[in-house]
Amino acid sequence: MMKKRPDINELKEKAIKIRSTILKMLQIAGSGHTGGSLSEVEIILTLYKYEMSHNSKKPEWEQRDRFILSKGHGCPTLYAVLADCGYFSEDLLWTLRKMGSKLQGHPQRNVPLGLEASTGSLGQGLSIALGLALAAKMDKKDFRTYCLMGDGELQEGQIWEAAMMASFNKLDNLCGIVDNNKIQIDGFLKDVMNVEPLAEKWESFGWEVIRVDGHDVVGLMDAFDKVREIKGKPSVILADTIKGKGISFMENKASWHGVAPKEDEVEKALVELKKQK
Amino acid sequence: MEIKKVPTRDGFGKGLLELGKNNKDVVVLSADLTESTRANWFKNEYSERFVSCGVAEENMMSVAAGMALEGKVPFCCTFGVFAAGRAWNQLSISVSYMDLNVNIAGTHGGISVGPDGATHQALEEITLMRALPNMMVVVPADAIEAKKATIAAASIPHPVYLRFTRCGVPLVSKEEDEFIIGKAKTLKEGSDLTVIACGNMVCEALEAAQILQEQGVSVRVINMHTPKPLDEEIVLKAAKETKGIITCEEHTVVGGLGSAVAEVVCQNHPVPMKLIGVKNQFGQSGKTEELMKYYELTASDIVKRAKELLGA
Repeated sequence: MMKKRPDINELKEKAIKIRSTILKMLQIAGSGHTGGSLSEVEIILTLYKYEMSHNSKKPEWEQRDRFILSKGHGCPTLYAVLADCGYFSEDLLWTLRKMGSKLQGHPQRNVPLGLEASTGSLGQGLSIALGLALAAKMDKKDFRTYCLMGDGELQEGQIWEAAMMASFNKLDNLCGIVDNNKIQIDGFLKDVMNVEPLAEKWESFGWEVIRVDGHDVVGLMDAFDKVREIKGKPSVILADTIKGKGISFMENKASWHGVAPKEDEVEKALVELKKQK
Repeated sequence: MEIKKVPTRDGFGKGLLELGKNNKDVVVLSADLTESTRANWFKNEYSERFVSCGVAEENMMSVAAGMALEGKVPFCCTFGVFAAGRAWNQLSISVSYMDLNVNIAGTHGGISVGPDGATHQALEEITLMRALPNMMVVVPADAIEAKKATIAAASIPHPVYLRFTRCGVPLVSKEEDEFIIGKAKTLKEGSDLTVIACGNMVCEALEAAQILQEQGVSVRVINMHTPKPLDEEIVLKAAKETKGIITCEEHTVVGGLGSAVAEVVCQNHPVPMKLIGVKNQFGQSGKTEELMKYYELTASDIVKRAKELLGA
């Protein structure tokens, strides 16, 4: 079944808007994870603007598709997309990481705001997503569960415990996505702890694997279309991305993993983003 | 006549069976030790609600969290060492932080596990679980209480850690007794000193009280089956009405039941205390009775410490 696709140019422009929002949020917060937030923009945007069934007016709608951000440190992007979808007002975005804010430094479960689970301790999100998918199968509910992981996160053993169990239970209502930006806080994965070959690993654990350019919204939509048709096993989309995507001086730099931009850096970055329109 | 002894894990198995019958939301997750934890009793009757997780405790806890988010009432079954120690961060972030109705059954608590030795003798679960916000900790005194605790845990909308024994424990309660999580029970009145115990140490405490009684010492015995939330009222009453408090647990004295009682006593009404338990040591292989003697966890050890406390 082909779904109606959003206008591609609008989606691309939306990605630019989300990137500028993320940079402003992080600058105001004074800390946070810039690189991995910028690399996952198209993935989360495509999920919320195309793939997932959800309704910001009815956040607790039982049949909504679930999204678990296992790489919890990438929450600025999720917050920005949720605000854009109308889950909460943009004003809340500027309270990120502030005392008393509902937008914690790593996501805290708050279903009315669209936050399905508390995550941030890496490796746990896929298991939580598995639990949702398993419960859905038991109760014969049709909703689907999506889980975004970081590639560095795949170094956690728990991910592979969940990978084994998801295929063992034939969870075709579960879709994993890997933000494969190839950098973690200590440096390049190939230098810190290599995780490749990823496609072969997931395949050998019984998953359907689709590899796409994680910044190509059309490719991502094609991948989600394909995943929906896979029966009898879970699927994972290996989305090749660029850490710090969109900002020349941030791209492919491990130093931007856990650092927020300063005011002058945001100004420079916004000029770059404007040119991409 | 031989005293009837029943492992508290058997009470857990019976509790699960009753829950299976009465609560369709209850699901049982097991990390391979299905027969040892008695989860197989549930599995045999309600296989469609049994989830085999393999030897992967971390994953099991987070999967349970996911299922609880969808309204299921999971019981995660494994040995205490693997539940509390190995999957501590999962129980913290996936379970306690989201304050979910996930219940954890840690069987094979304490050195009474016997011949398997240190790697399989859980001695730190009360400490580790007590430190997690929202997490409750229940250590039933016998199999009857274990069954009631299991059933009660399912209806509490918070995470509950349940600790059970592998070995047989004499019955100290009756089917008709009331059981409420968080409400301790005075099993014997006394005015000289109070012994507060949990789990299989309740039976030892009762025996010690009997011996002391014969020697003219009046001992109050409290079954503190819930180290968290601790029944502070009954503790403070004991502190005020008797000359001192002895705590007994088949568990490390570092941060366990004794520490929980001491935190309340020393901040509100200080009285002399003795903490009986394993003294920051690892366990080892041996017969249950040998180990209980070696680690000074028997009724006669309680008698000895009582006399020290009373200065007799």
